[in-house]
Amino acid sequence: MLTVAELKKGEKAIILDFPVDTIPLKLIEMGCLPGNEVMLVQTTLFNGPLFLMINGSNIAIRKDTAKEILIEKIV
Amino acid sequence: MSDAMIKVALIGNPNTGKTSLFNHLTGLNQKVGNYPGITVDKKTGICKLSKTQKATILDLPGTYSLNASSADEKITIDTLNDATNEFSPDVAVVVTDVEQLKRNLLVFTQVKDLEIPTLLVINMADRMQSRGISLNIPQLEADLNTKIIVISSKLQTGIDDLKEAIISYTSLSTERCISAGKIENNTITHPELLTSLSAIELKKVQHRETIIRYQFINAALKKSYKIDRSKASDLQAKLDRIFTHKIFGYVIFGVLLLLIFQVIFEWSSVPMEFIDGAFGSLADWTKETLPEGMFTNLLAEGIIAGLGGIVIFIPQIAFLFLFIAILEESGYMSRVVFLMDKIMRRFGLSGKSVVPLISGAACAIPAIMATRNIESWKERLITILVTPFITCSARLPVYAILIALVIPSERVFWIFNWQGITLMALYIIGFAMALLSAYILHKTLKIESKSYFVVEMPKYKVPLFKNVAFTVIEKTKTFVFEAGKIILAISIILWVLASVGVNEKFDNADAIITESVSKNGFNEIQEVSLNNKVIRFKQSLADEASEAGKTITAQEINSAIAEKTPEFRQAVIDDEISALRLENSALGTIGKAIEPAIKPLGYDWKIGIALVSSFAAREVFIGTLATIYSVGSEGDDEEANTIKAKMESEVHASSGKKVFTFASGISLLLFYAFAMQCMSTLAIVKRETNGWKWPMVQLFGMTAIAYVAGLIAYQLLK
Repeated sequence: MLTVAELKKGEKAIILDFPVDTIPLKLIEMGCLPGNEVMLVQTTLFNGPLFLMINGSNIAIRKDTAKEILIEKIV
Repeated sequence: MSDAMIKVALIGNPNTGKTSLFNHLTGLNQKVGNYPGITVDKKTGICKLSKTQKATILDLPGTYSLNASSADEKITIDTLNDATNEFSPDVAVVVTDVEQLKRNLLVFTQVKDLEIPTLLVINMADRMQSRGISLNIPQLEADLNTKIIVISSKLQTGIDDLKEAIISYTSLSTERCISAGKIENNTITHPELLTSLSAIELKKVQHRETIIRYQFINAALKKSYKIDRSKASDLQAKLDRIFTHKIFGYVIFGVLLLLIFQVIFEWSSVPMEFIDGAFGSLADWTKETLPEGMFTNLLAEGIIAGLGGIVIFIPQIAFLFLFIAILEESGYMSRVVFLMDKIMRRFGLSGKSVVPLISGAACAIPAIMATRNIESWKERLITILVTPFITCSARLPVYAILIALVIPSERVFWIFNWQGITLMALYIIGFAMALLSAYILHKTLKIESKSYFVVEMPKYKVPLFKNVAFTVIEKTKTFVFEAGKIILAISIILWVLASVGVNEKFDNADAIITESVSKNGFNEIQEVSLNNKVIRFKQSLADEASEAGKTITAQEINSAIAEKTPEFRQAVIDDEISALRLENSALGTIGKAIEPAIKPLGYDWKIGIALVSSFAAREVFIGTLATIYSVGSEGDDEEANTIKAKMESEVHASSGKKVFTFASGISLLLFYAFAMQCMSTLAIVKRETNGWKWPMVQLFGMTAIAYVAGLIAYQLLK
């Protein structure tokens, strides 16, 4: 299964699922929900946070959180 | 309609223009206070709704939901959930951004569950057309069971409609929008679940709850909200490609920071000199106008001087907060948080620690308050503990005089000089020590705290002048009042300690000095001081003449000087008397008592007094030295030069060696770079950490670091 951490800059995907216990509640509150579209906008040096566009909002999360979000790429 | 105030609470996600709306509604009629028992600021203001009806508007911190994850969010829930809370509102106004309606409605559905009269405000209506958004308001009102007001806080439209709706709040629906049975285990209507469920269970319940709410919102918006994505501008994306670029992003941030600090120092020097002069003249004027005596002295030397010590930093602090507010308002600061997170995390901090650390360069007090949006308690605590290492504006006067004293002003590499390089180095040392101690705390503190990082990057926008102005005023006020109270109290205590004698030398200082001068004449230092007064007088005569367009002859100058000389001689003697008094005052005794402890650092009892007195606030150091080195009567720009001359010629009584050498100067500079010499900061840390433990750790830790650094520097360099 692919995760958000494996997206490349500019790639889009659909969120499939994530483990409910470890994903920050705040991320869900911001609209990171199964079925929504996610796009990787920007990365930082030294494997820092990822800059994502989820459901029209720009949200930055750390890589370890990104690894928890399962996706399916849009081709 | 009743005459009683209607209590209105503004709720909404961050960046929805909630604070803009608050500023429009209340104007300058606002107050920042503290919630009882909780360390989060509450902003309230009075709004005139109609000729007869007023409302208290409460601006709650921005929140994505009513499931608290940071200190800022917890307050919103506590206020809304508790009907006995004095701020419990009559009507809740949920502010949303038309472009982010889906996400913004989450908190709305939660507020509706509380069954209080609720209004939905849809802001940024001015953007609807350009973004291709169309809204069916009546349909949405029916689906959400609410009244909707469409406003634009930028164009100030819709505000009057909102006021009218607030006036008739009793007619608003208090029914939920999601039917009660849909969400089992609703944590909003059953707050007892928050404590009865285990953390993991609670999280699962809240996750499910959030998803159900989103399902409801999606269904409602499907009917009434249309957005034409092709019309969305890509300017935002272009800006982000530059500002968050892997390399250019950091370069831009670095250049911006340099530029800001440079500009702050340039712009604030003029108002700072003016304030310094004004307080000097006010003290002189008080002394001349009021009858001589204890009270006048307390007023002039204690209170006015103490107040001057606070007010002088207002320009620097205001300018720094002006730039920070512009960066925040424009949306840039969130990009900095994004860029810096990984780097900061190596030191146990969060990307969100960047704002407090930058603010710390003006003053640690508002900076520490700015840590409240850091969710992880461990990261927040570390940020609070290390922020006082950042060189704040109160350290500058201390640095300035010590650098002028012990660092040569020779130029190196054409444009730099050693003094400038030293100042720069002190800033870097402060920052490096902040990072180093953060790293150590990160490795040693055993605090279980989930570290996660979810930051919204708001859209870039041109900052609204009104919002920036309010932020600057508010933060500057916080500094003045928080720091002011303590500095003022300390000035008074110091003054009292300095005016109480411990032996007869204190009472007879007058006679002792007069006798010594009439017997032996002026010594070298006294001659220098006299000479300085004459030079200054000469300059002022020449200035006066040139201003009046006249010429003045050497003879006229000389006779004027001859006439004034006895007055100057007396002033020098008076200074000497107050110095002797101070030595034999309670304060002087304290200084002598701690001398053994600070001798290894190269300091004598006089510096000891200055250290003790500036324990409360660093900027007191110069004032104390001015008194100790008996230059208290000269209150203008020349003061620094005179103190400098005095300090230069100061020798140890026992050995006859100079007190201020390169070694002792560097030792003092390092001491001031690291020591926690600020009571106001301790008070704020106590408030933010709810106890004395952390401020005490900070106080003893920082003082120990300062002592060791001073000791090593002196012993190596002497």
